[in-house]
Parts: sequence; structure tokens; C-alpha cells
Amino acid sequence: MPERFREDLCEPDRKELAEGPAYRFELDRREWISSIGAGLLVTAAGKVVFSPGGASAQVRSSHRLHLGEDGSITVLTGKVEFGQGSRTEILQAAAEELRVSPDALRVMLADTAETPNDGSTAGSRTTPSTIPVVRRASASARELLVRTAAEAWNLDASELRVEAGAVVRAGNRFSYADLARTKRLETTIDDNVPRGVPLREVRNWRVLGQTLPKVGAREIVTGAHRYPSDIARPDMLYGTVLRPPAYGAQLESVDLTPGRELGAVAVRDGEFVGCAARTSYEARKALKAISETARWRTTAHPSSEGLGAYLKRHAQSSAGGRRGARRRESGDVDGALAAAKTLEASYEMPYVQHAPLEPRAAVAEWDKDRLTVWTGTQRPFGVREQLAEAFRLSADQARVVVPDTGGGFGGKHTGEVAIEAARLARAAGKPVSLRWTRAEEFAWAYFRPAAAFEARAGISGEKIVAWDFTAYNPGTAAIETPYAVPNVRTQYFPCDSPLREGSYRGIGATGNNFAREVFMDELAGTAGVDPLEFRLANLDDERLAAVLRAAADRFAWSTGKSLGRNRGSGIAAGFEKGSYIAICARVRVEGGSVEVERLVSAFDCGAILNPGNLRAQIEGCVIQGLGAALSEEIRFAGGKLLNGSFAQYPLPRLRGTPPMETVLLNRPDVQPAGAGETPIIAVAPALANAVFDATGQRVRSLPLRARAA
Amino acid sequence: MARFTVHINRNELSTESPPDRPLLDVLREDFGLTGTKYGCGEGQCRACTVLIDDQPRASCLTPISSVEGMSVTTIEGLASGDQLTTLQQAFVDADGAQCGYCTAGMIVEATALLKRNPQPSRAEIVDAMNPHLCRCCGYRNILASVELAARRSEASDA
Ligand code: FES
Ligand code: FES
Repeated sequence: MPERFREDLCEPDRKELAEGPAYRFELDRREWISSIGAGLLVTAAGKVVFSPGGASAQVRSSHRLHLGEDGSITVLTGKVEFGQGSRTEILQAAAEELRVSPDALRVMLADTAETPNDGSTAGSRTTPSTIPVVRRASASARELLVRTAAEAWNLDASELRVEAGAVVRAGNRFSYADLARTKRLETTIDDNVPRGVPLREVRNWRVLGQTLPKVGAREIVTGAHRYPSDIARPDMLYGTVLRPPAYGAQLESVDLTPGRELGAVAVRDGEFVGCAARTSYEARKALKAISETARWRTTAHPSSEGLGAYLKRHAQSSAGGRRGARRRESGDVDGALAAAKTLEASYEMPYVQHAPLEPRAAVAEWDKDRLTVWTGTQRPFGVREQLAEAFRLSADQARVVVPDTGGGFGGKHTGEVAIEAARLARAAGKPVSLRWTRAEEFAWAYFRPAAAFEARAGISGEKIVAWDFTAYNPGTAAIETPYAVPNVRTQYFPCDSPLREGSYRGIGATGNNFAREVFMDELAGTAGVDPLEFRLANLDDERLAAVLRAAADRFAWSTGKSLGRNRGSGIAAGFEKGSYIAICARVRVEGGSVEVERLVSAFDCGAILNPGNLRAQIEGCVIQGLGAALSEEIRFAGGKLLNGSFAQYPLPRLRGTPPMETVLLNRPDVQPAGAGETPIIAVAPALANAVFDATGQRVRSLPLRARAA
Repeated sequence: MARFTVHINRNELSTESPPDRPLLDVLREDFGLTGTKYGCGEGQCRACTVLIDDQPRASCLTPISSVEGMSVTTIEGLASGDQLTTLQQAFVDADGAQCGYCTAGMIVEATALLKRNPQPSRAEIVDAMNPHLCRCCGYRNILASVELAARRSEASDA
């Protein structure tokens, strides 16, 4: 795949997917009907144009807001909704600044023909980047409403205010719909709105800061919402794709005839082989018949045994770019280590799979050389580029629409399913729906990177004086210690990965923080200091200290330890992407299993936009983290997954959900940061530290394995 | 191929199908009832749960031939018109869905639970719902939604 794709698949400071879909197609070779009606289009900077509505509407990438002549108000963003609550929070942000009731608005997300390109929905960027942009556009529209009314009524704008979507004065009412009908604005508008319209201050928020019922909840509970796998088009067929029997296997030959004899469309294009038929049942049968004729050339592939050593042997030392090896050093680490009491330890973590409940899915439809794909991806514009590349289209010939999707967790950045569906649709001459099976989703989606770590530190009394940390392959998020240490060396090596790897909720921060926070506990033990006190003694980040104290208080940390044989408590904290988490956990180790008896989380992500959604995100993230901490581990040998099914890869369920408390620290003075990722990074180390307290066994790899003492 | 007739959400629907085709596929592809979801196709996630003669069943493991002449209720068949059931409303009010992909299965299962046991204990809810995966791990709000529905129907019965 071209280099620029590779770059595009990365996000700053994160280990992102290195490989896109690997197809090289040979390809033997309308204007979008806008759903935006007549009215005004407003950019974030307050620029306004008139939109005549209908097919000729020209929505440009910078347009944030559409005020319809019919009174409708639409917020446009390229972000997606995968369950994290972005749709609701974006709606709240717009309602707040427009001064309208939230039900007066709708939010249009992620349609490359209609919405602005807001980048990936990843890295917890929706809250810090998209919310402010939406607020600014909304505030500009509000300001414009006031100024236009003032002019019409010959009053001073400062005397007028917007309430419930209109300026009302002495029996006169001027609403957003009235504004939308004021066509003469077209020419004069740019001067009408001053730059830097004020946003409503946090303490005056009425819609933001509240728990709003989830937008679209009714469609979800009635089964009416159409996820990507539910999209239906006239004459649509259902597709299936032939997968290699092992990683690295290459197709030597295949006979499509048996599939065609069963009435299916069957296509081979390079390494791609797939079928489409009237029902998914027929498509599966046809693919099975074809697969029995396939000949493959296999290659050697490593196994998950000894993975940590494998990664270290395959570390890449070449520096450069966001993805290369790196080394940062401040102070005199070696000198300080030589003079201090030292400790060292190494840690490991395996690959894990996202396993969103809705597997990757896409519906592709061609209209001559124009392609529309409905698919669940966190990168609609990136996938449009991948489609354009795969089918040699210009960007405006491909359109990607992302219906609200059944989970992603960083796992749906790539467009392979969109490309596959489009290739099948091209061959069939009809729309094709393709949904990966669970087995495909386990084996052929990318994984969270496996990783290994080496930590060394020197202490003097209760202070850390030197810190030397090396991470192999997790990614660089949260790799730098948040503790105040005078002499620090941090090294990062990406490694040749046996499996395809990419983003995941929290990604590298989870591994880096696991190693660091367990090591912090080990250092506390060496120093003979309580783990909480030791952390506080080495912190000058007030917000991190505050979440630690808040979690410890609620947990009653000082009295909650030394619970007797095989029961114990642990604490861990972390900082990533602008938010702070601390978790206290109590566990009981029985036989060979770890039962979590209680979890207390304290979280600070700045000003809280929607406390109910925030709590749900934290709790879901923490419970998801319990899976990777306690049970999840992708195993493979001979190029095959050994546990690629829900039966063999245990995920958190209701029964294992421990009693949990979540303390939200609101910081009205701090710009809100995203919250869907950071909580996960403190889960595994808190549990590992609790296992140590319970049994005296130091667990340095994930998933945690412990034996009752 | 044979013709199968099933009472789905109080309508009599029929389709031509191979007998071993999963009910899940028939609902989604032949009848456009896409509220019932595929999560694994092997009985492990229960996203595909429907009621067959009032019993919750994994539709991915149910061949169409085995439900000939029986009654099937899917998520689309619970509300009457615009009127949500108490349980559906509770899932809205207690924020029981994140991405919502597991929600149909959860609601169908809990509908059956509350019908046979209108005031289940927490342990009974956990037993009934444990086979259902929620990958967003919204288990606490799911539990709260079922408990809210039970409380509300107790209050309205009293
Ligand atoms: S799809 Fe039927 S149990 Fe998972
Ligand atoms: S809400 Fe996403 S799977 Fe349950």
C-alpha cells in the first residue's frame, strides 16, 4: 500500500495500524442527493452561505450548521457514534450555544458527501476538538440571529437575547427559521459576525453538564435503528469472502465453478476471492464449495509462546517518524542509578482483540462509476481514500456513510470490509451487503499490540531518583512517567509483529501504565512505604494526586488492606489524553482465579459535559479492562488462532461485574478532555497490585495468573 | 427448498427456504426484521435472541424448519404502536444501551424473565442475562434497566 496511506493511518503519539487492506485489484475493467433543505449554512468561524436546498445544495467541508427555512436545525460533523455518546454530546454543545431545546436539533454524522472531515473518531479527540468547533459555529449563528433582529427592529444588539430559539421583543419574534429566510444576508454576512463570539461559561451551562437521554435510544430499544449490517438496498445480495487457512498463506489456485453452479456470483481478483448470492446462506454454501478447490502456499509463522522474547529479538532500532524507535533522556540516569538503591523488573502483555459485538460490515452500491458504501468505520474519510485508491476513483466518486455502529473500541479504523463489499458489488452489478463472521473478526481484524517492558529505578528514602524505562512494541502513549523524577530515560522500540496490529481503546497507554504502576508498587515495597503514600510522595501533578486521594478516600484505603489470606487491595493511577484516573481494587484469589470484590475509580477529565454518559463510559471502559486484565489473550500457532471464538476467548459478562463506585471530579475551570479511553489504563495494575497484597505473588504479565497461597 | 410459515410478531409470514437455514437469516433477509442481531452465530453472545412460543432462544442456532407453525416474537414486536413496553422505556430511562447492538437480545431475554418472574432478585436477573454479551460492557446500566422495569411494574400493579 502507498506510503501516504500508512501515514494517514497513524495518529500523533499513538501506535496505529501499519497495514491497510492488502488488495491489489486488477479490475478487468449523480450528484449526491442532499438531505439538507433550503436555509443557511454556517461555518465554525461564523461564515454563512445560503443553501437553496435539494439536489443542488452545496454543503462544503467547513459547514457545521444548517438552519432550515422550515425551522429545522442540523449540526454536521464527520465524527461517528459507536456507543461512546458523541451524538448526544454534540447535540448538547449546539443546543447550549444556540439557546434552543435539544429536541429542536438533529445531528448528522459521518457522511463524506455531507459532513466536514473531522478526522478519525479516535484518540478521545471528539470532546477536545469537535465539541469546541460545534460550539463556536452555534454561537456564531446565535450572534447572527441577534444582530439581524437588532437591525430589522432598529435596536441595539446588546439589548436582545435569544431564548428558546428566537429573539423576542415587544410582541415581535425573530427565530432561526426567520433568519434562514433572510436571503439578502448572503452578501453581507461575513461582516456581521465578529470573530471570537463568546461561548457560554461552564458555570452558566444549562444543557451541557446535564445528563441527557441518549439520542436515538428509542430506535435502539425498538429494533428500528439500522446499523451498518442492517442497511438494505433494492436487489441487494449478500457476500462472503474466502480467507486464507493460515496467516501468510498465499493462494495458488482456486476454481470458481462450483460456486457459480450453485447460482452465486463468484469473483477472483488477485488474492481476493468472494461470492455474492441472494441470501447469506447461499453465499456461504457457494464459498464453501469454492474453498474446497483452493490450493494455498503456507509459510512459517511464530507462535504466541514466548512472545515477549520474540518481540525483543525483533525490535527495530531505526529511529525516525512517529512510528520509529525513540529515546529520551533527561538528567544523569546512570550516575543516579549507581548512587541509589536499585530495582529492576520486566513485564509482558499479549495481543488482545477488540471483538465489537457488531462485526465489520458494509453495504456497497455502484451507480456507474460512482460508489456509495455504508460501513462502520471510525475513519470515514480515510476509508473513502482507501476505496478511491482500490478502485481508482477520484475522491468525489466515492462516498462513505457511517450509520451509528455496534462498537469499535479503536478496532474499526480500516476499510477492508468496505473494499470487499465494493469489489463484490462491482462483480455482481448489484448492491452487496457483507458482514464478517465472528471467526473472521477474531482472526482478520487487527489486534492490540503485544508488548514487553523493562523497568529500572533507583530510590533514596521515599523518593525515586532515577527512572529507566524501555517499552517494546506497545506504542508510545503514556510512555513517559507522570511522576516527578529528576533523572529519566525512556526508550521505545517498535517490533516486527507476528500479527496485524493497530489501535485499541487506550492503546499503548494500557501496557506502559501497567508496567509502570506495578513497578511503582514494587518500588514502594522496596522503600517500605505504603503504595499510595509512595505515589503521592513522588508526584507534583496536583490532578493526578487528587484522583488518587479521591479513589483512596472512597475506598477507605488506609483501613482496607491486610484483609487476611488471599484477599487484598491494590491501587494504580495514570494520566493520558488530558484525563486522570485512579483505581482501588479489592480481590480474592481462590484456587487459580482472581475474583474482584470491589472497584473504586476516580476520574478527572476537566469540565463534565454529560455526567450520565461519562459514568457509563468509565464503567464500560473499566469492565472492558477487566477482560484484558484477567482473561483475554490471543493464542496462535502455525499461523492459526487457537482461541478465535467467544467460547474460547472469555470476555467480561454480567456475572463477573464487580460492585463498582465511580467518583467524578468535575473541573469547571479546565477544558473538557475525552473520557472513553483513559480509565482502562489503571485497571490491570490495580488488580495486579491487589493480587500481590493478597498472596505475596508479584504478577508481571497479562492476563493475571495467580494461585491462592 | 420448502415453504415455511411462521407467526412473526402476530403476522403470518412465509418464505421459501432450505430447511436448515437459521431463523436469524430468515428474519433479517427475507422479512426485513433487522432488529435481531448477529454476534457470533454459535450461541455464545445471544444478540440474536427471539421468543419462540414465548421462550427466549438463539435464532442463529434455530433452523427455520424447527419453527414451522410456531409463534416468534422479535424486538420489533414488543411495543404496541408508539407505546414502548415498561422494559423498553426502562432501557431508555436508565441508559441501558451504549452502542445498543446487544440491546435487542437483552430486552427480549428480560421480557421473558419478567413475564415468568415479575419481581426477580438480582441473582435471578444475573442468571438470566449472563449468557448475553455486551461488548461495550454496559452491564451495570443493563442490570439497572431491568430492575427499574421490575420496580415500575410492581408500582403499577399495586
Ligand atoms: S448470534 Fe446467536 S448467540 Fe451469538
Ligand atoms: S451496548 Fe454495545 S454491545 Fe451492549
